Amino acid sequence: MIQSPDDRRAPITPQLALRVAILGGIALALFGIVFFRLWFLQVLSGDQYVAQARGNRVRDVMIPAQRGEMLDRNGKVLVGSRPASVVVVSPPQLPPQGPARRRLYVRLSHVLELPTRPQACRIGHDRKRLMEVDCLVQKGVFLLPYADVTIKTDVSQAISGYLAERAQEFPGVAVESIYLRSYPYREVGAQLFGTVGQISAQALHDPHFRGVKGGTLVGTGGLEYTYDHYLRGVDGATRVQVDALGQAKGKLQQRNPIPGNDVKLSLDLGLERAGQAALRTGIALANGIGNPARAGAFVALDPRNGEVLAMGSEPSFDPTILTRPLSDAEYKAKLQDAADFPQVNRAIGSAYPVGSTFKIVTAAAALATGIITPSTPYTDNGEFKEGAIVRHNAGGASYGTVTLRDAIRLSVDTFFYNLGQQLNADPASHPDGGALQTWARKLGLGATPTGIDIGGEIGGTVPTPRWRDERNRLQARCEHAYAVNPKRARRRYSAGCVFADGTNRPWSEGDNTNLAVGQGDFLATPLQMAVAYAAIENGGTVVKPHVGLQVTDHAGRVLQKIDPKPARHVKIPYLYAIQDGLHAAASEQGGTSADVFAGFPAQYPVFGKTGTAQRGGDRADQSWYVAYVPDPVHPIVVACTIESGGFGAQAAAPAVRLILSQWFGVKKEIKTGSSRTL
Amino acid sequence: MSATPIQRSIDAVTRTRSGPRVLLDPWLLLATLGLVVCSLVTLKGATRHDIAGQPNYFFERQIGYAVVGLLLMALLARFDYSRLREFKLGIYGLLVALNVIVLALGGATRGSRRWIDLPFFQFQPSELGKVLLVVALAGFVVDRSRRLAERETTARVMLLALGPAALVMIQPDLGTALVYVALALSILFVAGTPGRQLGGLIGLFAVATVLVLVVAPAAGVHVLKPYQVQRLTGFVHPSNDPSNATYQINQSLIAIGSGEKTGRGVEHATQTGLNFLPEHHTDFIFSVVGETYGFAGAALVLSLYALMIWRILRIITLAKNLFGALIAGGILSMLTFQVFVNAGMTIGIMPITGVTLPLMSFGGASYLTTFLALGLLQSIHVQGRIAQGTKGRALILS
Repeated sequence: MIQSPDDRRAPITPQLALRVAILGGIALALFGIVFFRLWFLQVLSGDQYVAQARGNRVRDVMIPAQRGEMLDRNGKVLVGSRPASVVVVSPPQLPPQGPARRRLYVRLSHVLELPTRPQACRIGHDRKRLMEVDCLVQKGVFLLPYADVTIKTDVSQAISGYLAERAQEFPGVAVESIYLRSYPYREVGAQLFGTVGQISAQALHDPHFRGVKGGTLVGTGGLEYTYDHYLRGVDGATRVQVDALGQAKGKLQQRNPIPGNDVKLSLDLGLERAGQAALRTGIALANGIGNPARAGAFVALDPRNGEVLAMGSEPSFDPTILTRPLSDAEYKAKLQDAADFPQVNRAIGSAYPVGSTFKIVTAAAALATGIITPSTPYTDNGEFKEGAIVRHNAGGASYGTVTLRDAIRLSVDTFFYNLGQQLNADPASHPDGGALQTWARKLGLGATPTGIDIGGEIGGTVPTPRWRDERNRLQARCEHAYAVNPKRARRRYSAGCVFADGTNRPWSEGDNTNLAVGQGDFLATPLQMAVAYAAIENGGTVVKPHVGLQVTDHAGRVLQKIDPKPARHVKIPYLYAIQDGLHAAASEQGGTSADVFAGFPAQYPVFGKTGTAQRGGDRADQSWYVAYVPDPVHPIVVACTIESGGFGAQAAAPAVRLILSQWFGVKKEIKTGSSRTL
Repeated sequence: MSATPIQRSIDAVTRTRSGPRVLLDPWLLLATLGLVVCSLVTLKGATRHDIAGQPNYFFERQIGYAVVGLLLMALLARFDYSRLREFKLGIYGLLVALNVIVLALGGATRGSRRWIDLPFFQFQPSELGKVLLVVALAGFVVDRSRRLAERETTARVMLLALGPAALVMIQPDLGTALVYVALALSILFVAGTPGRQLGGLIGLFAVATVLVLVVAPAAGVHVLKPYQVQRLTGFVHPSNDPSNATYQINQSLIAIGSGEKTGRGVEHATQTGLNFLPEHHTDFIFSVVGETYGFAGAALVLSLYALMIWRILRIITLAKNLFGALIAGGILSMLTFQVFVNAGMTIGIMPITGVTLPLMSFGGASYLTTFLALGLLQSIHVQGRIAQGTKGRALILS
């Protein structure tokens, strides 16, 4: 074999030397890059990666703290805390979307006894048909990405044991122990307590929750929100080392949880239950005479300091259902319009026209401005002329000559029309109204809420010239929107143009005379009315109502007292005349609620006023009763209203009698009144 | 009849039978053994929990591969590589045939068909193919060494390389396909192909890359599988999503960075020990070195590679003929490319490809291929020394 001459070469031509040098240069450059990158990663920024490696392998498994309980003023547990097992799904660890995940869902549904049949599921604005487990997971991911989703709470030992043993067969599914809220008295005061849930993304920025970590259970409404800081406690954690699959490879250290403190409330369980029952009685009474009442509310305050002794709203619900995942259908049936929105606390979250219960405000304004004294007589001939309009007393009654005391006792409308007319101020110089509006605001009525320590409170409305103009403007804007583009307007003003009557009329004297008897545009919450009557009882102190009383530790030691300062003190001249009239109304012959309180022990004198608010159209009137008993030991003021309950003496007043009977421990008797006054 | 070079070389080998090892390149041997030791030490620590009850599973196998590989290398070193030129067509045919066979009956693992299952190990033809291609291409180029400046030569050689590369790419093994292209370019470069033509080729590849990654997907044609695109482009934006290919880069960066100057030690290397680092015995073994032994360890390994590269450059110049220089040039590029792409991948400056780290990564195919290449290099060195010796030059070690 002869080697071809091509393959014979002189050792190292200059060209080859150059090319070898170039190859060497390229290799050197590449190695240089790797070297410098390594230097940068390992020497210059090593600490940062050490921290990341640590974060990789260390997981803190939360040990939830037991949430503090809420007790009534006598120490009875209203909202408890009990350990329970919950099944959660960690979406990132689920098998990939597809048959594998579906199989897991089906198996999990069988274990948890959940339906596997697809059902309607709403996620944000999307409507889908999904298996219940799938629906819950997708909804959870939509609401709180990165958080575990609770599939079922309070599962039995058998189920939690089964799942724990077969963790490999249920990837992404875990059983956790948590504390669940318990509500031993179910519907009683359900709207006050609020709910507990994982802190939301927005709530993390709420200064109220400063320092709270994501995933923590916090109060999301009501008292749970207000006193969350005390109730929450501090979650503990077990620090474990995990591998890349998230499986624990040993415990590193443990921090024990610190349970939350208890909050003692000013509520009295007995009164709370009696109040709730009394509301149902009031509603039944109204239904008995053909009024379509379904809802109502009451508040009982200690007039000395604003402690809420009881508060209730009907219809109510069992808050236990909120401690577990709810299906859409269940939510709709139990907590939405089908059930008249039982989660709304109508004692603070609904503002109503109040009818004649407002008359004490008119009286106070008239006495304070000096246009009348307790002895100023007024001759009622059954009607009151105001320009071309003639107004009558309710039921066409005529009472002859009356003073303030009798006007309150008998609820004489013409008397108060007259005061309203006299108290009307020139709208041009007094855009915020005259003495009547000023006194309403002084007594805690109007747009400013009372500031009670439960969320969801709204203010009412004290109509003024300025307010009327604003409403007319809104009405005009709405009507214009409908004229230009009805489709778009419907989206913005879904309820139609309901800001004013559409006549665009300015403030008139008639507005003020209407206000003087609590009709027309005035709105107040039952709580606002209770606060105003408390000021009549206590001589002019406008209290700040509160439900929280003190924070105690587990041994019952008081850590903090909750005793907010009153909003203000007002001086009402001749206050005794108003009080006298209220007492007469509930006790003397002809008094609007005298027959309701017939037989009520005289040692507990009742001072009360009926109210019947006209709702316009064919709607039944709203029944009101606000009363107080100036007992030296246990004074109390109660405001109660029944929506569509009819006259004050027909539904609300009998309910208040039941509440007062409970408070003073006297026999509960149901008596309705014959008074047909507004 | 005068003695042919082959006869001379045989004579030389026969003459020096008493001490042929003297003619091996000792520095190259040192680098080789150093890397084998590094690989074994790293594997022993990194894989002790991988298979329950068998802490030395990978370690023992790797020792086996190393012993077989070293024997293979020694054997090859005694053989005159020049004779392989005669078989270039057969070698090229074998290369193509093996890669076709693997496509036809290769075992499918994670959606790819790269292996032929043999009784003792999985045979990966694309690995062996690297060395086969180097030898075959070197042979073809030598045949046309007088017409190197012609475009036709360059085009033919590139087509010869691109054919197998395409076969490998559809297995799919993009990384190895790129190695084929790189070593072909390197062989042309050492052979003396004009710079203009090489520049043109590189330009062509750049255009092709843009076409495959940007233009074709935009037009709805997907040449690469989605996961490949993600791997190729993902290193630009590492993410935390474990389902994402860039998760691997992130974990690798954390592993290497957390090693700091001197490493965390075997016991405290949590990225490796707790499996955060994927494929820590094969593709990401460099990250293990970085985490366990820190900058010091990684720099040592890199230095051994640098030593190896330097010796290959030297061997190019020592080769007794063009064929040897071209083989050495091809192997130079093959090893440099693999080291840079693999180490670059672990430190986040190169895309994720399945390229192994020569002599470090666990795996029989990779190990044996590298030892074959090293055997060829030693053979070139031995033959070069013998040729120099017959010319009366002083035999200089190193």
